[in-house]
Amino acid sequence: MIIGETPPPSGAFGVDAIAMTMRFGDFLALDNVELKVRPGSFHALLGENGAGKSTLVKCIMGYYHATEGDIIVGGREQAIANPKDAHALGLGMVYQHFTLVPAMTVAENLVLARDDVPAVVNWSQEMKELEAFLARMPFKVPLSAKVSDISAGERQKCEILKQLYLKRRFLILDEPTSVLTPAEADEVLGMLRDMVVKGELTILMITHKFREVMAFADDVTILRRGKLAGAGKVAELTPDAMARTMIGAEELTVQPPRTGETGQARLELAKVRALDDAGAVAVHDVSLTVRAGEIVGIAGVSGNGQRQLVEVLAGQREAEGGEIRVAGDSYHASREEMRRHRMSLLPEEPLKNACVGGMSVADNIAFREFDRAPFASGGWWLNRGAFREDAKKKIGQYKIKTRTPDTPISALSGGNVQRAVLARELGSDVEVLIAANPCFGLDFAAVAQIHAEIMAARNRGAAVLLVSEDLDELLELSDRLVVMFHGEFVYEARTSQADLTEVGRHMAGH
Amino acid sequence: MADGSIGLWTVPLAVLGGAIRVSTPFLFVSLGECITERSGRINLGLEGTLVMGAMSAYGISYLSGSPWLGVLAAGITGALLGALHAGICSLPRVNDVAVGIALMLFGTGLAFYLGKPLIEPTAPRLPAIDFGWWSDIPQVRAALRVNVLFLIGAALAPILYWAFRTTRWGLLIRTAGESSDAARAMGHSVLLIRLRATMVGGFLAGIGGSFLSLFYPGSWNEGLSSGQGITAVALVIFARWDPLLCLWASLAFGGAAALGPALQSVGVTSGYHLFNAAPYILTLAIMIITCSPKRTLTGAPAELSITR
Repeated sequence: MIIGETPPPSGAFGVDAIAMTMRFGDFLALDNVELKVRPGSFHALLGENGAGKSTLVKCIMGYYHATEGDIIVGGREQAIANPKDAHALGLGMVYQHFTLVPAMTVAENLVLARDDVPAVVNWSQEMKELEAFLARMPFKVPLSAKVSDISAGERQKCEILKQLYLKRRFLILDEPTSVLTPAEADEVLGMLRDMVVKGELTILMITHKFREVMAFADDVTILRRGKLAGAGKVAELTPDAMARTMIGAEELTVQPPRTGETGQARLELAKVRALDDAGAVAVHDVSLTVRAGEIVGIAGVSGNGQRQLVEVLAGQREAEGGEIRVAGDSYHASREEMRRHRMSLLPEEPLKNACVGGMSVADNIAFREFDRAPFASGGWWLNRGAFREDAKKKIGQYKIKTRTPDTPISALSGGNVQRAVLARELGSDVEVLIAANPCFGLDFAAVAQIHAEIMAARNRGAAVLLVSEDLDELLELSDRLVVMFHGEFVYEARTSQADLTEVGRHMAGH
Repeated sequence: MADGSIGLWTVPLAVLGGAIRVSTPFLFVSLGECITERSGRINLGLEGTLVMGAMSAYGISYLSGSPWLGVLAAGITGALLGALHAGICSLPRVNDVAVGIALMLFGTGLAFYLGKPLIEPTAPRLPAIDFGWWSDIPQVRAALRVNVLFLIGAALAPILYWAFRTTRWGLLIRTAGESSDAARAMGHSVLLIRLRATMVGGFLAGIGGSFLSLFYPGSWNEGLSSGQGITAVALVIFARWDPLLCLWASLAFGGAAALGPALQSVGVTSGYHLFNAAPYILTLAIMIITCSPKRTLTGAPAELSITR
């Protein structure tokens, strides 16, 4: 690029990507895609996982070099060779995964992000300047707090503030609200929207939440499998039309209706207490009963103890106190107890928590039963043929896309890893099912299938504990809803009677 | 006291003197490793760097007649070994712990090979400053003969502590060590930052080695280092990656190492070898007290391969 050539002197500017094609080896990630973001507009980029949204914005930011295509910034064609060039043009990106350094303070993170960090930082002067900058900004963050000590909402605000502090005027936001409560999401997006309306900023937001698109975006571009599937003004579109454009003609698994009676208490937690990795109390004496034939949903912003609670139930973490009972018997997450009570687990990040990445799909599917007939004789001689036969059957039944049953499971996509775990955990009778963020990062087809399987397990009489950060998922599936905040259950209601603002308020701890 | 005997006071005095004398290599290696580890990489090869530093310092001091040129040569040798470690580790799918062990063996082996002709000759040694001039008790004077390198190391600890907070390089090293994603997103090359941090770490470890051959014990032989390099790496862990704590931990280790000889000098001979093992017992004890299966270490750089 031509160094020194600056974008329009002030205010918002637009970015167009024209005829973008991106090839990774044989794989065509982007196929002749066009994206036009008007100056001073709020533009939404919609698409399923793997549709090419991230690839497209990474081409704009200079992380990838498009095989073909041009980027036009503020009306001028620009060759963006690396992120530094993009930054110099006033383009900034807020990533889905935070790029703040957790062990440093907010102020350190902000100063560090600058291109011209002085060799020796004069902290008293920098703090004064930062405070003056914050006074002009719509959100506030605690400057001297360590990033690891502030909430997810504050971190997201911090990421956005960082971009504004660096005087970026075209912001790309990658699923910015995935860690926020609905109220926090509305607050952050509302403030950004105000800045867009004032003509200070242009925003391109990657998202899959139609609610946010409808409420905040002016224009939308929809990608499907690397191709442009549609674009237009949000005011002229409905969520249904956008969803159909996103998914295409693909058939989604139909979720069975809610049937059956609620039965006996199956899973009982009494004053369960657990610590996190730093030794602080993460789960604070929680008590809960899940009955047969019901789904109890645990809502909450991530990092409020849900993970530690699931780890205790899965046997990955020792409880510090309290008691867990399954069907009346004391439970310590041993393999024998899990077998006896037909417990199933769908932990979050299944590749890490429920699979051995280097072992084959067939082996991973066999984990629960591998040392019992018909998979083994005498408890030690394994019958590899039986593994493969059973895996083949389940691969078909659960639509797992894998080349062979012997492929290492780490080679599969996220949705297919989760399907393989689903096949193992729900392949036989289930009495207690514990699921944590089972659909995180998956595409519509996988989500529909997993939701249908969970509902079917419930209808067959399983007691289901569903921990999720996705409130829509909980509202759709659960019979009862519990909100977890700072390791405690702070709200409980029947889902049909739950008040969404009330739920959001408790998620934020008010 | 006329005969200069100070009885049992010999023991704490000798421990103090020993703490200062023995701690210097620990201090330099641990400060160097602290810099390297804060950048997100662990260099276990510093034992090899230490021995190479000792050998090259002795050799250059002998050839040039200036011990300070020897110290510089030790530092440069260490920086080169650091660059080798960082260079190999920047290749994809290379484990820094394995490379470190390989370099530890390589460094000691190479030093023994190149250092064979240095066992006989005597090289000029580093000077010491006599802080005990006011006393006429020989033990006090012996304990307070402090080497300049120790003073440099002791000054370096607070300087590093300050630099990690307030200089651009300090912030960049911490960023690379805490979140390489964040560093990359800011457009910095994590590999380059780690290369420099490992080279600086190697430089300091090499200087630590020069102390061994040029001051205490003050000669070159193959039994010169008894694992100080590797102990210093462990020391960084329970100093919680804090340069100031590295200083105190080094002193504690030096003191523990001086316990055996000090007790022997007042006639306590039973269990001599047991007292000589004091630093290692101290290592184990601190490890057991400070580690817990339920907690991760506080202060550990998040990118370090042993904590990730």
